[in-house]
Amino acid sequence: MDMLYSILVDPFVQMVELPDFFLQVLWEGFVAGVLYALIALGFVLIFKASGVFNFAQGIMVVFAGLTLVGLHEKGVPAYLALILTIGVMGVLALAVERFVMRPLVNQPDIILLMSTIGLTYFLVGFGEFVFGGEPKQMITQELGLPTGSTALEIGDGGLLILQHIDIAAAVIAIIMVGALAVFFNKTRIGRALRAVADDHQAALSVGISLNQIWAIVWFAAGIVALTTGIMWGARSDVSFALEIIAFKALPVLILGGFTSIPGAIVGGLIIGIGEKIGEIYWGPLVGGGIESWLAYMIALIFLLFRPQGLFGERIIERV
Amino acid sequence: MLYRESGQYKTSYTADQAIFPIREDRIGMAILLIVALAIPFLVSDFFLNAIMTPFLILALAAIGLNILTGYAGQLSLGTGAFMGVGAYSCYKLTTIFPDTNIVILVMISGLFSAGIGVLFGLPSLRIKGLYLAVTTLAAQFFLEWCFIRIPWLYNYNASGAIEVPERRGFGDIVLTGPSAAPMTQYFIVLAIVVVVTLAVKNIVRGRIGRQWMMIRDMDIAAELMGVRPLTAKLSAFAVSSYLCGVAGAMFIFFYLGAAEPSAFSITLSFQILFMVILGGLGSLVGSFFGAAFIWGLPIVLRAGLPAVGIGVGAETVFHIATMIVGALIIFFLIVEPHGLARLWSLGKEKLRVWPFPYG
Repeated sequence: MDMLYSILVDPFVQMVELPDFFLQVLWEGFVAGVLYALIALGFVLIFKASGVFNFAQGIMVVFAGLTLVGLHEKGVPAYLALILTIGVMGVLALAVERFVMRPLVNQPDIILLMSTIGLTYFLVGFGEFVFGGEPKQMITQELGLPTGSTALEIGDGGLLILQHIDIAAAVIAIIMVGALAVFFNKTRIGRALRAVADDHQAALSVGISLNQIWAIVWFAAGIVALTTGIMWGARSDVSFALEIIAFKALPVLILGGFTSIPGAIVGGLIIGIGEKIGEIYWGPLVGGGIESWLAYMIALIFLLFRPQGLFGERIIERV
Repeated sequence: MLYRESGQYKTSYTADQAIFPIREDRIGMAILLIVALAIPFLVSDFFLNAIMTPFLILALAAIGLNILTGYAGQLSLGTGAFMGVGAYSCYKLTTIFPDTNIVILVMISGLFSAGIGVLFGLPSLRIKGLYLAVTTLAAQFFLEWCFIRIPWLYNYNASGAIEVPERRGFGDIVLTGPSAAPMTQYFIVLAIVVVVTLAVKNIVRGRIGRQWMMIRDMDIAAELMGVRPLTAKLSAFAVSSYLCGVAGAMFIFFYLGAAEPSAFSITLSFQILFMVILGGLGSLVGSFFGAAFIWGLPIVLRAGLPAVGIGVGAETVFHIATMIVGALIIFFLIVEPHGLARLWSLGKEKLRVWPFPYG
C-alpha cells in the first residue's frame, strides 16, 4: 500500500506543492527535448532522402563542435571559424556521398547502417587525431550567444530560472525548422528532395541526380549537427561523451516516425520532458539514474500501441 | 589438386551429412586444432593473454549474435548487456557456491542470460528491423543501469566493480584470479569454445536452425509451412543470449579478471556486431574471422604504426588506429558486403579448380 502510494500519489502531490520547481523541471526537459529533436532532425533528413539510418549523426554533432572550437583555439576568429566549419561539413558531405553512399547503393539496410557506424569510428579517430581527445569549452561568448540567466517570479515567491543560452537554443531551433520547411516546400532543390524521398526511381527518371541530392542532404544534416553541437556544447563541454545522446534520438524517432520532421520535434520534446519528470519525481524510488533507459521504455510502450509513430507513414512491418 | 571432393564417394546418408564431408576439410581442421593446442608453447604469455584468449571469447560472443542476427534475422544491439548478465550471474554463483568447479558455473551462468534474453526478445514477436533494435537498446541501457544500481550484484563492493576471486579446480590448479597462468586459462577457453561451437554447428544444421533461417528469409512463408514464429524466434534469442552469457562470464573470469559495469557498454555491443557483419552474417567460421579482424586490427595497428614511423605518442597512435579501423570497415563493406566468410568460400572455389581454372 505504501509502495503504491509513493508511486501513484506522492509525485503528484510534490508537483502541486512546489509549482515553481515543477515548472523548472518542465523547462529543463523542454531544453533537453529541443536538443534531442535537433539530433533526430538530422536523422530524419538523411533517412527521408536515402533510406539510410545515419548512426553517425551523433558523432557529426561532436565533430562539428570540435572543429569549431579547435579552429578557434588555433587562432582563427570565431565567425571565420564558424564559416570554415560549415565548409568542413560540406566537404564531409561530399566525401561521404562519394566514398560511402555511392559505392554502397542498393545494399541491404543493415549494411548501410554498419557503414555509418564505421563512419562514426572514422570521425572519432579523425577528430581526436586533429584536435585532441580532451573535452573542450564551447566558444559561446565569441560567437555572440547570450550567457547569464533570468529569474522569473511565479505565484507566491517561487522562482523559475531560465538560462539565456537555453532560450537562444529554442529560438534557433525554431528558426532552423522554419527554414528547413521553407527550403523543402518552396525551393527547387527542396522539391527534388521530396521527390527523392517519395520514390528513388521516379525521381531519377525525371532527371533528378540522386548523388547530388544525397550530398545536399548530408550537408543539411551537417549544418543541423553544427547547430546542435554549438547548443549542446554551450550547456556542457564539447567531448565525445556527447556520442551517447545520439542513441536518445532512436526513441525520439520511434515516437515521431522515421520520416516526419514535425514528428522529430514533438517526439524530442515528449522524450526530453518525460525523462526529466520521470527522473526527478519517480527516479528516487528506484535509486535514481533512470534517465539512461527511461526514454527507451517510453518508446517501447509506444511501439505497442502506435508503431508507425505520431506522424509517420503507415509502413512498419508487423509480424 | 590440393582441395577437391571428386573421388570421395559416400556410401551412406550419415557420411554424406557429416559436418566435414570433404577429407581435406577434416585434415585442415585437425591441423588447426593441433596449432591451437601448440600455440601456448610457442608464444609469450602476453600474446596468449592479450590476443588469443580474448579472440576466442569474442568469437563465441560473435557466434551468439550471429545466431540471432545472421541465422534468425533479428537485429540486436544489446549483446554487451547480455554478456554482462552472464558475467554478473557467474560472479554471484561463485560467491554462493565457492567449491563448485568454475567451468560448470560458467556454463550455468549462460542460462540466466538466456532467460533475460527471452524476456527482451518478446517484442520481436510484434516488430522487426530498426524498431527491434530499439527494444534491444532498451535492454542494453536498462541492464547496464542494473549493474550499477543493484549493489547485491557486486556483493556490496565499495568500488562497484566485480573482482574475480581465486578458484581452483581439476586437481588444485589455479583457474581464475590474478595468479592463474595464462596457459591454463587459454586451454579452458579453447575447450569451451570448441565444444560449444561444435554444438552450435549441429543446432544450426538441424531442425531448429533451419527454422531460424526460414523465419529470416520470409517469416510469413515460414509460418505457412508450419514453423511457429514464437518458438523459433524465442529459441533464437535464448540460444544467442546463452552463448553471449557464457562468453561474458569467460571474458571476466578468464580474461579481464575484474570489471566495472562500463566493460559491458554499448561499445562492446557494436564491436560484436561488427565482428558478425564483417565476418559474414549466417556463418560460424565468419564469426571467427570477424573476431580476429576486429580484435586483432587495433593491436596490429598500434604495434605496427610506430614501426613504420607514423605517430609517436601512444595517444596519437590510438587515434589513428581508430580512424583506420573505421575506414577499413567501410572499405570491407564496399568490396564484400557478405563478409570475410564469403571471401573464404570464394577462395575455396578457386582452389577447387586450381591449377586448371578453365578445365
